[in-house]
Amino acid sequence: MLKHKVLSIIGVVALIAVMSILPFFVREYYVEILIIFLINVILAVSYRLIATTGDWTLCHVILMGAGAYASALMAKYFGWPFFMTAPLAGATVCLVGLGIVYPLLRTVGFGFFITSLAVGEFIRLSWIKFHIPFGGPRGMIDIPEVGIIGPIDFYEAIPYYFMTLAITLVCLFILYRIDRSRIGKAFKSIYEDDILAESIGINVGRYRTFAFVIGSFFAGIAGALLAHRLGAIDPHIFALDEMVYLLVWVIVGGSATFAGPIIGVAVMTLLFEWTRPLLEWRPLFFGIILIGFLIFMPGGLESLIPKFTRLFGNRKAAQAKAEQPGGAEKSVV
Amino acid sequence: MAMFEVRSLCKNFGGLAAISQLNLEVDEGEIRGVIGPNGAGKTTLFNVICGVYKPTKGKIAYQGKEISGLKSSQIAERGVVRTFQRTALFHHFTVLDNVLVARHLQARGGFFRTIFGTNRRIDIEQEKKALEIIDFMGLSDLKDELADNLPHGHQRALGIAVALASEPKLLMLDEPVTGMDPTETQHMTGLIKKIRDERAMTILLVEHDMKVVMGICDKISVLNFGKKLAEGLPKQILENPDVIEAYLGGEDVVALLG
Ligand SMILES: Nc1ncnc2c1ncn2[C@@H]1O[C@H](COP(=O)(O)OP(=O)(O)OP(=O)(O)O)[C@@H](O)[C@H]1O
Ligand SMILES: [Mg+2]
Repeated sequence: MLKHKVLSIIGVVALIAVMSILPFFVREYYVEILIIFLINVILAVSYRLIATTGDWTLCHVILMGAGAYASALMAKYFGWPFFMTAPLAGATVCLVGLGIVYPLLRTVGFGFFITSLAVGEFIRLSWIKFHIPFGGPRGMIDIPEVGIIGPIDFYEAIPYYFMTLAITLVCLFILYRIDRSRIGKAFKSIYEDDILAESIGINVGRYRTFAFVIGSFFAGIAGALLAHRLGAIDPHIFALDEMVYLLVWVIVGGSATFAGPIIGVAVMTLLFEWTRPLLEWRPLFFGIILIGFLIFMPGGLESLIPKFTRLFGNRKAAQAKAEQPGGAEKSVV
Repeated sequence: MAMFEVRSLCKNFGGLAAISQLNLEVDEGEIRGVIGPNGAGKTTLFNVICGVYKPTKGKIAYQGKEISGLKSSQIAERGVVRTFQRTALFHHFTVLDNVLVARHLQARGGFFRTIFGTNRRIDIEQEKKALEIIDFMGLSDLKDELADNLPHGHQRALGIAVALASEPKLLMLDEPVTGMDPTETQHMTGLIKKIRDERAMTILLVEHDMKVVMGICDKISVLNFGKKLAEGLPKQILENPDVIEAYLGGEDVVALLG
């Protein structure tokens, strides 16, 4: 067990090291891709946190959008700096999450999935409808840059990348701690058997709310990072096809373990870039991948890890991996 | 005054009166048997008491306070916890995690302290307590096993361990020895007695195994078609002609007990 822990720590440190030198070895275009990759990691991991309770939503990208709009509005109209607007965007999206979770809680499983779509589209329509302050269908432009802080100009790709990397690591650390804590266990127990969980004193409604609101916060942070990099946002960026990509990441990677969605975003980002020449075929291609995974590997790529570990004779670690509930198969299909 | 009291309780499912005009009084420290033929309304009674269903009519009072209308989790918080007739477990958790998650009510601490692990002392305390309960239920050797992989008898024991971990004062057991062989049954019967004696709990026991019921219950209530048919000491129940007629189809109860 201890050996397993040491290996994990070494792995994480190595990964951070690679992520820290990578931008110096690639073209600027790929640094931009890496920034978006990190933002998507926050999005996918926070999405999985909500899914550990068994609640699969279709509005997580909308919540990221709410964070993007909130941060952009605060920066543009109040002139507040990014390091203020980003956490405030997270807090705003918490409130949005609290507002929409109430009707959502009255549903479970597939009902929850569909209701969250309706609620999300309602929010997106309000961005399109209200020219003031959201800018209507064209959205918002001239969102202030993060700007120059001390000697560093965050307009440049590499500084922005490192800022995003640092924020991502902090977010992942907090999300990981939640996942491993008593609270994270309570989330998973609801997915396992909500009636049993409630009967031993876990307030299922409160914990589902809690998971949803925490997930909303991090979606909001991801949105703020996105808005200030793109400089312009519009309702289309947060449309349903983005949400489908998010589902693909989480299902391809697997939702049972913390690492699953990260693996999913990484693999799919690579595929996405490789298939850039085949632009019009991409939806078909991704559809096939999604169906293929749901049918042949419902646990996602992460479900391969225990198999590898077993190959090396480390049965204990494999069991520990298998301990987590696998979300994808049951709720989405 | 009785510790636990049910007054003119009714529960209808559409046209079906699963429970009608039921009165029940249970004293502190008692093991109360609740028996009756299949479909008599025993599990429904547990579900209504625990807030899974709202009663159609009637009152449920625990320690003099009304609990009907509360959520299951609130009722558990007050000290009323049940086990399930089906084998309800967190199947993909280890045995230890099953019990730990049920320590939830006792393990509270602020959000940030919980997440950033400054609550180590509470964690260690909870784990110790969980291990003690696992040991009490005879599952020590299996603590790292997935609940799903346990043999049936041990799964039933784990179900009770999970309930115990939430530290109830009134524990309701729904057919705890179902599907167990005679040795396991005997062992479990002993454990139920021990729970009352050593852990100071009051127990409501639903069970079809008459030997178990007659062996450990202080008093027995008999349900039939949602109504109370009889109530009394085990000996009185065994001799009650209504019970023999309704519950056992007229067979000789004493012979059945072997
Ligand atoms: N959710 C429900 N909806 C409709 N009818 C129900 C529901 N739950 C129970 N019933 C009915 O209520 C009656 C009592 O059922 P209950 O499960 O309480 O019986 P029981 O005494 O526990 O039986 P057993 O010994 O078989 O467990 C039965 O007729 C059953 O079909
Ligand atoms: Mg029953």
